[in-house]
Formats: sequence, structure tokens, C-alpha cells
Amino acid sequence: MSKTIITVVGKDTVGIIAKVCTYLADNSINIEDISQTIVQGFFNMMMIVDMSLCSKQFGDVADELAKMGDDIGVIIKCQKEEIFEKMHRV
Amino acid sequence: MINLREVSETNDMISKENLDVRTITMGISLLDTIDSDINKLNENIYNKIYNSAKDLVATGDTISKYYGIPIVNKRISVTPIGLIGSSACHTIDDFVSIAKTLDRVAKDVGVNFIGGYSALVAKGMTPAEELLIRSIPKALSSTERVMSSVNVGSTKTGINMDAVRLMGDVIKETAELTKENDSLGCTKLVVLCNAPDDNPFMAGAFHGVTEADRIINVGVSGPGVVKMALEKVRGENFEVLCETIKKTAFKITRVGQLVAQEASRRLGVPFGIIDLSLAPTPAVGDSVADILCEIGLEHAGAPGTTAALALLNDQVKKGGVMASSYVGGLSGAFIPVSEDQGMIDAVEAGALTIEKLEAMTCVCSVGLDMIAIPGDTPNTSIAGIIADEMAIGMVNQKTTAVRVIPVIGKGVGENVEFGGLLGHAPIMSVNNFACDKFVNRGGRIPAPIHSFKN
Repeated sequence: MSKTIITVVGKDTVGIIAKVCTYLADNSINIEDISQTIVQGFFNMMMIVDMSLCSKQFGDVADELAKMGDDIGVIIKCQKEEIFEKMHRV
Repeated sequence: MINLREVSETNDMISKENLDVRTITMGISLLDTIDSDINKLNENIYNKIYNSAKDLVATGDTISKYYGIPIVNKRISVTPIGLIGSSACHTIDDFVSIAKTLDRVAKDVGVNFIGGYSALVAKGMTPAEELLIRSIPKALSSTERVMSSVNVGSTKTGINMDAVRLMGDVIKETAELTKENDSLGCTKLVVLCNAPDDNPFMAGAFHGVTEADRIINVGVSGPGVVKMALEKVRGENFEVLCETIKKTAFKITRVGQLVAQEASRRLGVPFGIIDLSLAPTPAVGDSVADILCEIGLEHAGAPGTTAALALLNDQVKKGGVMASSYVGGLSGAFIPVSEDQGMIDAVEAGALTIEKLEAMTCVCSVGLDMIAIPGDTPNTSIAGIIADEMAIGMVNQKTTAVRVIPVIGKGVGENVEFGGLLGHAPIMSVNNFACDKFVNRGGRIPAPIHSFKN
């Protein structure tokens, strides 16, 4: 099962990671790696997650995360890892 | 393991630099639909296309969601109708009925364009093919999504000047029949030399007879990504410039390869080719002309433009071929005028003329594209423009094309608005010296000496 990359980009605020992680836990999505930077108040986070135990459709998870991003005021994207692998690895 | 910087780079390309997959085009052979009864033929065509492509749009949308990359267009190309209708079509209206069938099925499966209302007449025309060509004005004015192309020459066969002359009339008549909409019909009609069988881009897409029953071809784009990459190497030498374009083209094409393989797998249709063209849109930051400016020109059309475009086209190909197992179609840099805001600006600034565009077509991937010309341009002059462009393709062993729009009722200095991806354009002046005695000679121009490679 291929990995999924979740990215969160936007203005830093309290509880961004908490909200995203709660959603992932509720949907049995396991976080395998997290990296993040904050440059001049700008929050940039990436998670590598395993969705193999998640019962929801990929598209639904992507939509729900995007909606959550809208509510918090950040951009949350959920994409299959291959697009990054293909582009950056020969 | 993928890192944050790489992920951010990819997502910036998508969200800020207009990276997208421009089209997934399903090629469908209609050879097995041929019938001598026109009603049966139309029914066969509808069924074959519908059954082949009914999941195309949904599949494209699913892939788009999986990878977070826009897939802008889902399209269909079919075997040239000049072949398919040859037994059943005895009148112009017979052919037009097929165009209407194509339009109807395109709407029913949800694709925005269907290509292949075409004739391949590089050396000669059969009566059916000539009839199809004569039916183009009526077909394009009575349909929305049908795209038409006519291949009138090749390096191997020379140029069919009878067809070239005829296309001068056909383009003008198409313009007349759609004059209420700024002669929009002509945006759906292209004349080609050395047309490839596997081109996913409109208006010249058709499913060649050399192809399998069905095939998935993907066109990637991304002029904005190349432009942004070049902004970081301003003032550097040509080696650095070329390396940057090459690396960027590689990255863009890899995304296309991924999408093509996934579409192929999900639809159960073999993967054909990636067309790694830089295809501009009227959106700001999605312009090939802007890349030329970033390379160092004040405007597209300035001295040095042809050289800049030549290196751009070549580096795009070099970067792209390593990224995909199969590269085909047109592959390179497109230079349409109305679809590229930078080109429009160049024309309005007086920097870019049809003659300079013609020189640029010697080194770009296609030809004179989406150029609005005065509505009173003589048919013979349009044929002359086509003949010039076909000669460039024939001698240089490359695909060339002409898609000009004589805008009925408008002249130089006026503007025309096609809307959407087709954009808008200032009407450009055409050399008004006559060429009628040349194009009216009839017959064909023989193939060039370097075509004899057997």
C-alpha cells in the first residue's frame, strides 16, 4: 500500500497539529513521520501517513481535510506519495 | 524518503505556477464501425465511442484527486472521419451527420473536445475525403465540441497543393458561417504537414490508422514552472539556462508519465505516449512568451526570438525524453497567439508579426496557431500562408500547422474574444500582395530530395 503525504501550509496558530492528528486518529490513519518548519510565522508541515486501515475513500478524506483547513485558515492537502517520488527521484 | 522541501516544491508548482496535466486524450479506432449505411454507421460510431470512453472523465477526476494535480481536459480522438465515412457518405450532409454524432457522444461522456473530423490528403484526395473537407464549414458551425484537421503534406509525399488551395476556401467559409461568434469555427480547424498519429492536443488530434484499437495519450504542460525556474538563474550563461530548462521539463514530464500510467491501468486501455509540450493558456503566469522574455528578450518577436525558442524547444525535449518511456505527439513549445497573454502583449506592442511567427515555427513544435487575421483576407492569401508553413514542415521534417481565424467584419487593430482557453487576440496584418497565380496552379509540390532515404 503506497503512502500518503498530508501537507499543511498557512499562518501559524494554536492547535493546528492537534486538530489534524485528532482527525487522523479518529479515522485509523497512522502517522509515520512528521516534519515542519515555521518561517516568519508561516507554518509548513508535512506528514507521511499510512491509510491502509482507514475505512473511508481516499477522496473523502482529502475533501474532509481540505474543509478542516478552510475552517482553521490553512491549506491542507492530501496526496499519494508517488507524485513526489516520480518528480524528485530518477 | 521524500522531504518537506521536495513536497513544497511540487505543491508550489501546482498552486502557484500553474503546473497541470493539460489533457488525457483517449484515442479510439473507428475502423470497426464502418458501414455503407449512414444511419447504421452513426449508430456504430456512437456506441463504440460511448462504450470506450464512458469512464474517462470520472477516472481523470479520481486521479486528479489522488495526486492533487489538476487534469484540465479529458478528450477523445478518433480515426479520421474521411476514412470512416468513405463508404456511407455521398453528400456533405451525410458527413455533417457524423459530426453531429461525434458532438452528441462527446457531450454524453462529458469530454470537452473530440478530434478526428479529419482527412489525410498529403498526396491526394479520395472523393470522400474531398467531400469531408468541403463539409467542414457546415460541420463546425453546427457542432460545439468537434475538432477538425486536414493533413495536406509530408516530407515523404510533398505538398498536395490542390488541398492547400481548397483549405483557403474552407477556412474562409467556416469563418463566414460562424461570423456571429467572431468566426469561432476556425479555432476548431487546423491544417497540418507531417501530422503525428498520436497527438493528444486539439485541434489537430486524431487517432491514426497505425494505432491500436484504443490508447491513452497524455499532454503535460507547465510554462509557468519553467518561467519560475528561470527567474532563479537570471544572468547566468547558456549552459546553466539550458540545464535549468531540462531539469524542469524532466520533473513536469514525470508527473505526466505517472498520470498516464495510472489512467491506462484504471481504464484498461494501453498507454500510448506523453506529449511533453509547453502549452500556454491565457492565464497570467502560464505563457511561453514570458519564458522567452525571461531568457532575455524585451518582447517575443525581438531579434533573438527564434534562437531563444529553438533552445527552449530542444531543452524541453531533452529533459522530457528521459522522464517517459514513450514520448510522441508534438512535444516542444507551442506558440499560439490568442492563448498566450505574453504573445498578445507582444503583438499589441508591435513586436511580433506573422512573418516573425513564421520564422519561429521553424524551431517550435507546431506552427502558426490561433492567429486572428482580417476578415477580408483573400482565400488565395490564406492558401499561400498555408503553403509557406507546409513547406517549412516538409523541408525540415517536422510537424507544422496553420490555424488562422479570418474574423469576418473586422480588420487590423481590432480585437477578437474567443473566450475560455481560446483567449482573445488582436487582429494581425497579412502581407497584401497577391499569390493567386501561384496557389491556383494545381497539382502537388514534389517531396524534397532528402526524403529519399530508402
